Amino acid sequence: MIDKRVASIAEAVADIGDGARIMLSGFQHIGVANALIRAITESGIKDLTIISNGAGHHGSSQADLMETGRVTRLICSSARGRGKDSTPFEKLYHSGKIELELVPQGTLAERIRAGGAGIPAFYTATGASTDLAADKEKRRFNGRDCVLETALTADFALLRADRGDRWGNLTYRGTQANFGPVMATAAKVTIAEVRQVVADGEIDPHHVRTPGIYVDRMVTVPEEG
Amino acid sequence: MPALSRDQMAWRAAQDIHDGAYVNLGIGVPVLVANYIPADREVMLQSENGIVGIGPVATENTLDPDFVDAGGQRITLQAGASLTDSAGAFAMIIGGHLDVTMLGAFQVAPNGDFANWDARLPNKGPLVGGAMDLATGAREVRVIMAHTTKQGEPRLVERCSYPLTAPAAVTKIYTDIAVVEVTPDGFVARERLEGVSADELREKTGAPIDIAPDCATLTAPDL
Repeated sequence: MIDKRVASIAEAVADIGDGARIMLSGFQHIGVANALIRAITESGIKDLTIISNGAGHHGSSQADLMETGRVTRLICSSARGRGKDSTPFEKLYHSGKIELELVPQGTLAERIRAGGAGIPAFYTATGASTDLAADKEKRRFNGRDCVLETALTADFALLRADRGDRWGNLTYRGTQANFGPVMATAAKVTIAEVRQVVADGEIDPHHVRTPGIYVDRMVTVPEEG
Repeated sequence: MPALSRDQMAWRAAQDIHDGAYVNLGIGVPVLVANYIPADREVMLQSENGIVGIGPVATENTLDPDFVDAGGQRITLQAGASLTDSAGAFAMIIGGHLDVTMLGAFQVAPNGDFANWDARLPNKGPLVGGAMDLATGAREVRVIMAHTTKQGEPRLVERCSYPLTAPAAVTKIYTDIAVVEVTPDGFVARERLEGVSADELREKTGAPIDIAPDCATLTAPDL
């Protein structure tokens, strides 16, 4: 029998340890696995590499994780928080306590997609002739300068979805999907927090956006806190 | 007429969006364009977090907590909207499916190079977001920005001193005193504000700028 459901948040993240490379879904404050992120913040694990779209605005669960100083490397597209005051990430960054790999957002999504699809690298025109491509291999295709980008994978992906069934099939609402569907494919272990786990057969296969084959564990968290 | 406000610049830029266009609006002044698209045109606004067909900003009655736009604003959908994920949204962007993107910028050069992502703020982090993807993938890149900095330094410059977002990308610039096309021969002013002389426009532009023979008066309603 296949059953991806776990009883508690603690159980869902129990095997995430020091040195883990973790993908976090979310765009702005939507589709963020806040409960799972808080659990790893409280667990005290260290030397983490985080792959996410942003570095966390003030007051977010991701900013609180950064504040612990236990994230040593961040791969993201947006490392600037709202407002004039430095976010926890920005303080670490300017004191040289965290390594940043800044990636154009579409390249980030595609590197993760490639990672999940078994494609080791690809060329894209995004970023060509900019500082972000300074050290990358270049080649021209169809008269355009392109840069070689490599796939991204992770040990864990923590994502937020709307509904899930025991097979791990997930649906999303609104703009909640964002990086979730690609991150689910690119991690060795994908852990989803869902608003609601529903009975067998309640999710119409037509509506599944993350097939359960990609999901390892699922925990119910009714509110996106 | 005084220099255009943020809303007036957005209004002017909105007048050039054609019926049926798929458009991505960058954060800042560009998102204001959504408020001024002429009523006789059906335009689909795309957002990099997976929306085609952003509707009006949500009110207390229409708010759905699972919806935000690229700037984090609570929004609704318009009729005919569809949803995807980040990879899907960027396939639209990088794959050349957007007609126009409107972006803010720090600087634009006469060859279309522009800089809008790294302000080098001392206590803040860098933010590239989807800017490079939009600049590279959209069929047309138009910029909305003040003609000069608050200190009066030109933003239309011979060469960008800030890190580039993309080379040779921008086709048109809407500023608070002019509408400027970026042509193979460099900047050409198509409209300028009443009271801004050709000499003043040249003085405020940090690179050669031609004044089109039929250069019109830049106007916008009170907003």
